[in-house]
Amino acid sequence: MRRIATLFSTTFLMGWALVTASEAAEPLKVGFMTVRSGALAAGGRQMEEGLQLCIDAHRGEMAGRKIQIITADTAGQPAVTKTKAQELIERDGAQVLIGPLAAFEALAIDDYIRQTKTPIISPSAAAEDLTQRKPNPWFVRAVGTSAQAHHPLGEYAAKELHYKRIAIVADDFAFGHEIAAGFQRTFEQNGGKVIQKLWSPLNAAEYGTYISQIDPNADAVFAAFAGGNGIKFLGEYKNYGMQKPILGAMTTVDEGILKRMGDEALGVISAGWYSAAIDTPANKKFVEAVRKSYGADPGYYTVGAYMACQFLNNALEQVKGDISDKAAFMKALRNVNIPESPYGQVKLDQYGQPILDIAIRKVERKDGKLQNTVIKTYPAVSQFWTYKPEEFLKSPVYSRDWTPVK
Amino acid sequence: MNFWVIQGLNGLAFGSLLFILASGFSLIFGLMRIVNLSHGAYFMLGAYVGLSAIDAGVSFWVAILIGGLAISVLGAIIERFILRRLSGQPLAQVLVTLGIAFIIADACVWIWTGDPRPVPMPRELAGAFRVQQLAFPIYRLFVIGVAFTLAATLWFLLERSRLGAMIRAGVDDLSMARAMGIRTSLLFPVVFCLGSALAGAGGVLAGPILSVYPGLDTDMLPLALVVVILGGIGSLLGAFIGSLIIGFIYSYGQALFPDLAYVILFLPMVLVLTLRPTGLFGRQAI
Repeated sequence: MRRIATLFSTTFLMGWALVTASEAAEPLKVGFMTVRSGALAAGGRQMEEGLQLCIDAHRGEMAGRKIQIITADTAGQPAVTKTKAQELIERDGAQVLIGPLAAFEALAIDDYIRQTKTPIISPSAAAEDLTQRKPNPWFVRAVGTSAQAHHPLGEYAAKELHYKRIAIVADDFAFGHEIAAGFQRTFEQNGGKVIQKLWSPLNAAEYGTYISQIDPNADAVFAAFAGGNGIKFLGEYKNYGMQKPILGAMTTVDEGILKRMGDEALGVISAGWYSAAIDTPANKKFVEAVRKSYGADPGYYTVGAYMACQFLNNALEQVKGDISDKAAFMKALRNVNIPESPYGQVKLDQYGQPILDIAIRKVERKDGKLQNTVIKTYPAVSQFWTYKPEEFLKSPVYSRDWTPVK
Repeated sequence: MNFWVIQGLNGLAFGSLLFILASGFSLIFGLMRIVNLSHGAYFMLGAYVGLSAIDAGVSFWVAILIGGLAISVLGAIIERFILRRLSGQPLAQVLVTLGIAFIIADACVWIWTGDPRPVPMPRELAGAFRVQQLAFPIYRLFVIGVAFTLAATLWFLLERSRLGAMIRAGVDDLSMARAMGIRTSLLFPVVFCLGSALAGAGGVLAGPILSVYPGLDTDMLPLALVVVILGGIGSLLGAFIGSLIIGFIYSYGQALFPDLAYVILFLPMVLVLTLRPTGLFGRQAI
């Protein structure tokens, strides 16, 4: 009993000593929610790489304060994410959060973030309503919304590719629904028509049944997939004797999986707020750094986490490293303005969503490697595209049945 | 007309993949009474091993052999050192196989990173086979051929060989088979290795269609379970017919009733469990 008591007091003293030491150095504690196990682990690893790169670029210090990253593995499961967020904030004393990876994870901690008033920067979750109909005052996003890049793609398909009829095949979950709906809206507004929408389950074992159903009258196919599904779909597509050109969502041919693809991906036209092939000095420097450290091109997750961390830096500089006034820090986060980044110039709208340059990209082979060559850029695209925010927000959030196939 | 033919072929091809996966599962389940919940993980691990073999410059065909062999060795080790110690405790065995499945899944993320990977298909089988308006992937036709050959081979093994007779005796009545002098302790590792090998080789074979990714194991395992429950425990014919039924339901169901894809897939299982708990071709285990 006495031994236990001694043990307790020693631990307590050690803990106390640690606390005082850390107060003296005053590092800023950033809780980072990533995924290291399960189906989303690849994206999680790329996020960690992007974040590390940014921290290294700042030599672990922002606005004169040491940055201490506390990493938690959410396994990509919303229930675990909630627990990890609580651990990070209540046990580890995280003052800012970066993460989580998936939209349903972000939704799972939405209420908790509001209760604890913890600033959180999303490096990946794209669900529209997080910055639209249900904005969280403590939330900003460092990436585009689901439809943000696909509004321009719809217009491009109609106006410049002159497609009249398009069949959509998309993952049957919110991300796929939102991408498909955004694309359809602008495509049809410019005279095109979506003649078919096929929803394949997120964990569809194979795509043969869907490829066989594609309407022969379609001029092209818009394939909106997340995770590794793009690999499966494109791999099978040509083997079914299909010749129709393919348009892709940003994640269908994301650099994270493009490196695993072969000739089947050539010629796919997609849209995104990022491509590793964007030809600016800021991006070239970033891509070089990623290649040097990790031997691969950066994609969606790498650049998302990198930018989330740059957002943090930008906001910290505005408040000179002092985040004791959370409201002021939050205001700074929403006021982030980064003139040069891998994305190009980044500013936020009043909903906490970045206004981004959108690249129309085409998969080409260069130096023996596949890349998303930029063929056109739509500058400063808002999450509301060219619509008035008030009117945009009046219609329901994009879903499986909205916009409907007429 | 085209629709029915193409989706029929799709169903046949997917059913064929399911049979390759489920035959081993059914054999193990039938004889050893173990619901081997790591079977999906064996399938995934086999695909990864095959992929690494291909990366190392080996041909696709050799990669299938390597995948099968590697997983049968793993199966032998697990059977000898873990499952055998727990013999007679079915619940403990099931839980252990579930634990092994988790370990394999995380080991795969660790070794092969979490990147989804396509398994390159052999060049000679790429492309589409065309008849008039119809186009169907040659590789899938090949998979259908493999499944039917495998079914015939396994049937011959079980129905016509001495080993098969011993296995059938064990499936029907384990204690009586023992009493008759059949050394089931020797039979178990043989069947477990064979089942594991089928899972491993099947993973490589399915690779060009399914690709390999973390989660492949948990996507496939429920399908194997459905097939075996539908067809009947330990029945090869049951696994074969069950696979084809599920394959057809999968392709026609997803095309005709896309909103009900999963209901349709699991509905027959519920019906069979209610109306004929031993499955379509299963016999009452004693």
